[in-house]
Amino acid sequence: MVEFTLPQNSVVKKGKTFKAVGATKIRKFEVYRWDPETNENPRIDSFEIDMEHCGPMVLDAILKIKNEIDTTLTFRRSCREGVCGSCAMNINGKNTLACTKAIADYKGTVKIFPLPHMAVVKDLVADMSHFFEQYASIKPWLTNDATPPGEGERLQSREERAKLDGLYECVLCACCSTSCPSYWWNSDKYLGPAILLQAYRWLADSRDTDDQARLDDLNESFKLYRCHTIMNCTDTCPKGLNPAKAIAEIKKMLVQRGHT
Amino acid sequence: MSIKSLPGKIADCFSIHNATGHFWYQRVTALALIPLSVWLLVLLNKALSAPYADTVAWLTAPVNAAAIVAWTLAVIFHAALGAQVVIEDYVSTLSTRQLAIRATNLIFLLLGIAASSAIVFIFSAR
Repeated sequence: MVEFTLPQNSVVKKGKTFKAVGATKIRKFEVYRWDPETNENPRIDSFEIDMEHCGPMVLDAILKIKNEIDTTLTFRRSCREGVCGSCAMNINGKNTLACTKAIADYKGTVKIFPLPHMAVVKDLVADMSHFFEQYASIKPWLTNDATPPGEGERLQSREERAKLDGLYECVLCACCSTSCPSYWWNSDKYLGPAILLQAYRWLADSRDTDDQARLDDLNESFKLYRCHTIMNCTDTCPKGLNPAKAIAEIKKMLVQRGHT
Repeated sequence: MSIKSLPGKIADCFSIHNATGHFWYQRVTALALIPLSVWLLVLLNKALSAPYADTVAWLTAPVNAAAIVAWTLAVIFHAALGAQVVIEDYVSTLSTRQLAIRATNLIFLLLGIAASSAIVFIFSAR
């Protein structure tokens, strides 16, 4: 059955407080901390940051904490411009990329947690193994057994290419999937919005000829139909994409295939 | 069909094993219920405010009786499909889930038979 309360060893406790002595322009950050090597419960550490000496983005503040206050703080980051999707986390209750979210967008304390309902590896690092296994399961590559034309490229018209807009931009940060209550309850079987958007990206590709097999694979009550159009995915996507629409398009393709 | 599997088959009567079929029938019944609910509102209004004889007379008109039977069947089918989705969402143990779905299907089937029979009795007693 679905669990509505945290297990005893997951109950979050109050942690340490780090003051910014002598600073004049202070912002407070509360950060989720958990170290698997200690036997302790997770805790919330509180950091005061001097904004006179900090960059504008949430990732800048996290890097400042790591570099200057507590070097044990653990998180993923790479491109710092919203392209790699590594720094996905829950900031003030909403999943987003720390690198593209300005601190000035928030009032008061900024509360930073790992992506919801994912196993935590350490601090802000969520275990993404299952998510990427699900990604692999939809065969995210072009399938076309026909011999390519003499020039070696399978060309698309502008209209055919335009169908991939709003799909190819996904960076697989998992913000959408981990904001979806259906994914929280049934992530073992439900593919979730990110993977379904990727699945539709290949269904919408005019060069791919594996549509029927892809649809057969998705036509299952748990893989696809756990989506109840809650729309958290579209609301939270830091890239401004619309996974809910992509899922609706897959459902439409399945209905048209089965009822025409 | 063997006698042994009959209760299971009956309990499975609303379960659409094709996932897209389930999705489609849920929407078709939802759409059908929009116009059919007009008849339900008229019936409820009569049942609450008109004399008993007037309500029975209204219900024995063929169009009204057919509409109320159609509403009953659509709402029962729609509710059974919806209940199955909720159970699938929240009950993760497969055996418990199947038992819960079958039990709710059976309840909805009995409700449908009882409601349709009541309308047919009223219609045939005119």
